[in-house]
Amino acid sequence: MEIKKGIAVSPGIAISKPFIIDSKDYRIPRRSIAPTQVDEQIKRIDDAFSAAEEELTSFGREQEMVEESIRDIFAVHLSFLRDESFKKQVITFIKDDLVTAEYAVSTILREAAAKLAAVEDSYISERAADIYDIEKRLLTQLLGKITRDVDQLSEEVVIIAHDLTPTQTASLNRTFVKGFATDSGGRTSHTAIVARCLAIPAVVALEDITSTITSESTVIIDGNRGVVIIDPDEDALVQYERYARDFNRLEIKLKALSDKPAITRDGVEIELLGNIEFPGEAHLAVENGAGGIGLYRSEFLYLYSGSEPTEEDHYEAYSETVRNFKDQPIVIRTMDLGGDKLPHVKRSEAEGNPVLGLKSIRYCLQNLTLFKTQLRAILRASVLGDVRIMFPMITNLQELRQAKMILRDVMEDLDEYAVPYNASIPIGAMIETPSAALMASLLAKDCDFFSVGTNDLIQYTLAVDRANERVSSLYSVADPAVLRLLRGVIHDAHKAKIALSVCGEVAGDPEYIMLLLGMGVRSLSLAPPMIPEIKQIIRSVTIEECNQLARKIATMDSQRQIKNYVRDAAIKILPEAF
Amino acid sequence: MASDVSEIEVEIKNADGLHMRPAMQFVDVATCFESEITVTNGETTVDAKSIMQMTMLAATCGTRLTVIARGPDSCDAVEKLRVLVEEKMFDEPGEESREKGIGKRE
Repeated sequence: MEIKKGIAVSPGIAISKPFIIDSKDYRIPRRSIAPTQVDEQIKRIDDAFSAAEEELTSFGREQEMVEESIRDIFAVHLSFLRDESFKKQVITFIKDDLVTAEYAVSTILREAAAKLAAVEDSYISERAADIYDIEKRLLTQLLGKITRDVDQLSEEVVIIAHDLTPTQTASLNRTFVKGFATDSGGRTSHTAIVARCLAIPAVVALEDITSTITSESTVIIDGNRGVVIIDPDEDALVQYERYARDFNRLEIKLKALSDKPAITRDGVEIELLGNIEFPGEAHLAVENGAGGIGLYRSEFLYLYSGSEPTEEDHYEAYSETVRNFKDQPIVIRTMDLGGDKLPHVKRSEAEGNPVLGLKSIRYCLQNLTLFKTQLRAILRASVLGDVRIMFPMITNLQELRQAKMILRDVMEDLDEYAVPYNASIPIGAMIETPSAALMASLLAKDCDFFSVGTNDLIQYTLAVDRANERVSSLYSVADPAVLRLLRGVIHDAHKAKIALSVCGEVAGDPEYIMLLLGMGVRSLSLAPPMIPEIKQIIRSVTIEECNQLARKIATMDSQRQIKNYVRDAAIKILPEAF
Repeated sequence: MASDVSEIEVEIKNADGLHMRPAMQFVDVATCFESEITVTNGETTVDAKSIMQMTMLAATCGTRLTVIARGPDSCDAVEKLRVLVEEKMFDEPGEESREKGIGKRE
């Protein structure tokens, strides 16, 4: 039995066999196999060699005219694939050391490459790169087969990977995937977001889970406590089966709340909206009782297709989502990525500090064609329901005004073609930088609503990368500096009589709901699976209790003290959630 | 069997040495023969029919290699390999013309 601690990013408990996805871009971990699996691994080697050979020969036939130099490279690769002594070496390694096919291929070729790289003649030593190419080619076959298998799962598994890419999560067979555990990532990483949307448990930042696990292990993923247990002993298994049952009971109880209003005991109604990424998740939000979408991330449109999304791609995604909500609000956030994340953009100069670089609204304001395409689609969708538009990562008033000016340009274009749209579409600014928070009273005069993105606001205020475990303990919404900014933004929004919603992680964190309500927040946007639990808390408190708590917190000067205080208060309200 | 052994010493003469493409040509020629063929640089002895092993010799221009063939066509085999290495020089330029572009794959 081995217990590994990571970051809990999506609640729930899964007990299952692992499905391990290695990446050819990372070192293949040594993974042992049982003697009975040797034949299967040898078969995989044979298949990979012949598939790679087939791929090369068919490619060679198609490209009769390819340059001689490329033909040479292919010929060399083919020669390696037909090298019986090399293949025998790989197979012997598998048999003698009882390791997986991937590990054997990778180790033998990497050793060879290292030997070559050490040769003094630079022309020879540079040939090490060719060996790495051959390694990649074989691993692509070996791992590609596995990746394709993910679509065709026939039994329940938990996915173990270095990190999951959007493409991998998009093709997962959701019926059989019961949980995620990854080496890297944080609460806001793609894996985390997808797991919460699918409502399956996930633990990330486990560092070396992919190398600790074997395909024969039994795995427990505890998404409530951030723990993964490999090969649990009898006691642990019994304990976790009980936890899983308790958790399911709570889920069922909470689900029953989905059509009840989110209203405090003293009659104050709180708006609960869903955060979604894919149009397909809209139904999850509806089922969980969301009163609309408070944050519709549009990034997937850019990440999932190899080319820049067309206006129609955008329009289809938005209109599909709007249809689920009739006259309830849908807040669409414009593209919130840096140029480095866009697959169809040529790698320009790498930025030394992308988090502070050309991203989000900054990128959009410099790439107007891309920006206008999205704005046109949002405007066209605005006649289908209560569509609202939100600009991310605003750091000053000029950016907000520029973005609005471009939106007006697009409106004029649409007028010319007599395309209908909602001319008074509500426009919001995302408050997620300290500068925006400090200037909120000015920004409020130029927009219709604020959406507070606490994740980035914490990161930028405290200068902490929470994926970096050496400093992640500093990252907390409970920091007095963050709370002070938050208080200011809420105050400025109320004064300007504009709407304000909190859409960061904290909006779905049971411990902080009372504090947010006490600070004057009346609208929350969160991962749909968390809505019932948050609603349960809202229905159990009075605004007066929340106000008292917030006043008490305002007098405290340390993160730790605040954390403990809100936690104790929350446990009293809904003990079974903790 | 003993009478079927042929041995010959060859020198790598092309400027870029026994990199991937020449190694492949060498293996291609060696594979045409029934004889078992080995190549040694004094320290390491490898199978002439394995590109992986031939590449690992990392023989540079000027390196002397001993080719040993065992089998009915051993005589022919070592001769054909000598021609490839020393006369054809893998269809690559010799040492005097080692400059950018010529004979390189990229």
